[in-house]
Amino acid sequence: MSDKPRKFKGGVHPDDSKALSSHKAIQEAPLLDCYKVIMHQNIGAPPELVVKKGDVVKKGALLAKAGGFVSVPLHAPTSGTVKSIDKIPGPTGISVPCIEITADGEDEWASPFEPIADWKNAEPAVLKQRVWDAGIVGMGGAGFPAHVKLSPPEGKKIDTLILNGAECEPYLTADHRLMLEQAEEVVLGAAILARILGLKTAVIGVENNKPDAIEAMNKVAGKHNIQVQALPVNYPQGAEKQLIYAITGREVPVGKLPMDVGCVVQNVASAVAVVDAVVKGIPSIERVTTVTGKPLVNPGNWKFRIGTPISKALELAGGITEQPAKLLLGGPMMGIAQSSLNVTVMKNTSGILLISNDEVSQYTSEPCIRCGRCVDCCPMQILPATISQAVENKRFDWAEKLNVMACIECGSCSYSCPSHRPLNQQFKRAKVEIQAGLRKKG
Amino acid sequence: MSIAVIAIIAVGILGALLGIIIGVVAKVFAVEIDERIERVGELLPGANCGGCGYAGCADFAKAVVSEAASPDQCPVCSKEDIVTIADYLGISAEEKEKRVALVRCSGDIPNTVRSLYNGVRDCRSAVLVAGGAKGCDYGCLGFGSCAEACPFGAIEMRKGLAVVHKDLCVGCENCVAACPKNLIIMVPEAATTHVYCNSPEKGAAKRAVCKTACIACRKCVKASGEEDHMLVDGFLIRTNYENPPGPELVEAAACPTTALRVDSAHSADAYQGASK
Repeated sequence: MSDKPRKFKGGVHPDDSKALSSHKAIQEAPLLDCYKVIMHQNIGAPPELVVKKGDVVKKGALLAKAGGFVSVPLHAPTSGTVKSIDKIPGPTGISVPCIEITADGEDEWASPFEPIADWKNAEPAVLKQRVWDAGIVGMGGAGFPAHVKLSPPEGKKIDTLILNGAECEPYLTADHRLMLEQAEEVVLGAAILARILGLKTAVIGVENNKPDAIEAMNKVAGKHNIQVQALPVNYPQGAEKQLIYAITGREVPVGKLPMDVGCVVQNVASAVAVVDAVVKGIPSIERVTTVTGKPLVNPGNWKFRIGTPISKALELAGGITEQPAKLLLGGPMMGIAQSSLNVTVMKNTSGILLISNDEVSQYTSEPCIRCGRCVDCCPMQILPATISQAVENKRFDWAEKLNVMACIECGSCSYSCPSHRPLNQQFKRAKVEIQAGLRKKG
Repeated sequence: MSIAVIAIIAVGILGALLGIIIGVVAKVFAVEIDERIERVGELLPGANCGGCGYAGCADFAKAVVSEAASPDQCPVCSKEDIVTIADYLGISAEEKEKRVALVRCSGDIPNTVRSLYNGVRDCRSAVLVAGGAKGCDYGCLGFGSCAEACPFGAIEMRKGLAVVHKDLCVGCENCVAACPKNLIIMVPEAATTHVYCNSPEKGAAKRAVCKTACIACRKCVKASGEEDHMLVDGFLIRTNYENPPGPELVEAAACPTTALRVDSAHSADAYQGASK
């Protein structure tokens, strides 16, 4: 590892607006009477239900077991009764099955597993199984099951573990606060993950705009032989492939995984969840989420139980002063717009963001003027302008040749386009059509 | 002799020579074309819609002449055209029931809940953003991908809803593949009365987002009496196209949400949603 991180080509510098919530300490959200736990919270196979309507569950009890290797179990966020198993609007807008739990107010524990106090001498396989049993997914946003990343296939040697504390999305401060307030846990989590992978060390990458977090990490990093790497501020610095390049100088080839270049990347929040699971015996039932936006009275960071409706989260943040234009789950660059307040906090909900009317504009998209700004800022070095033309002409074969599949949907091109072309959405469409074509071919 | 005359003679000789070469080559290397293919091609509509399953009308004509396909596979040809082609080739053509497209949704803009959408005006792109801006997960998004796919102009976009004009629809099925919500099905042309709803959700959930959804009250099932015209499919009633009802059922059933409609009246915009 070099002392000076490399700067990946491209990227944009949106106004980060993190000051709204970066100074607010993480608060514990009060217990609600009802939680709606969305069933399918991970990338991969949905879990299989093990409870039924009317069952009495304790906090931490298993609600659904993993439905395959790329799948994670789901646990009860509090003690109570399973009121119904019904559909609610999911974060992608489509109704999804969810388990509704009426809380009994006791919040009584039923630990599904014992803590492993002596993790330093525990078998890596045992620790890995615990990560899986606790239902830990990538908490930065993607929701990829953590244990899958920790299971490199035979022949692929992992030599670097990177903890992602870049938090490059504007507005979001959940990881920032976590690194400040739970620095010990982050570092301990890194050490446990390193043990699972058979490594002695790990690197925590943090963007330069969080000097206090870097300092806090540096103070405790030595305890477990972890290194802290300050990174230049450049969106999307926290994207897996860009982070790997900045820290190791390795480029992940198109269509390959970080594993193929010997790297594993985990989010800092996932590392804290690993500590909870291994050292404290707590499954993944809560997470720190930033509730922010200019229309909110009191933006901040809260520790929510999984299944908290976002309407309750917005209430905690003091409600709104003006009618917002948009509600996003995640950050402003990659977050998904919501049409309902009934969506609930999931394991990968890093932020709940309200955008005010003066921050959004209703543009109409105009023809490409071939200025090349999208090409300059594309962190994957593909040609957004050309691909966009291919998609407009429904030439998905052409788009595929131009490597649209390498697109990480960071939105830098749409952000920088002076003609306001919906580039990101076009690439999403192209990827879906190409994948559908591949499935048809078999 | 002037230069001009020399030039005229030289070019004239060159032209004559090349002409002879082309003439000889055309005779020696002539490709025999079955004239029947050309004739059948002329009789076909030439819309190249692909409804027959071949790459275009010319490809289909080749298949018909080589008897790999039967002329009745063309959905566009009228019965007379098919008979003409069959008679010309001296083969028999089966009479096939004509099928037309049906968009199983009646939720236009005044009757449905929608959120603001500011992206690509195309259904297949819109569905990637939160499943489309419509409150109902199953309804017509109204950006007209099907209308764009229709080579015959049979689909009209009216108040954010795709409406099929049955008289123009030839049944090429191009729209069926274009719809990301799989809303469009092919139904017998003879059937006139359809349920314009495709949501399997519970009645209350549907009514919350759409005034013209089928709430499975079963009035139409009861009104059709012993006849097996309507089928109950969970919280949705479907028309039984094996035994389709006549237009009189709409009046007899008095559908409270007007999800049950006669197609001609639907395409003439004669229905309003339920007032409640």
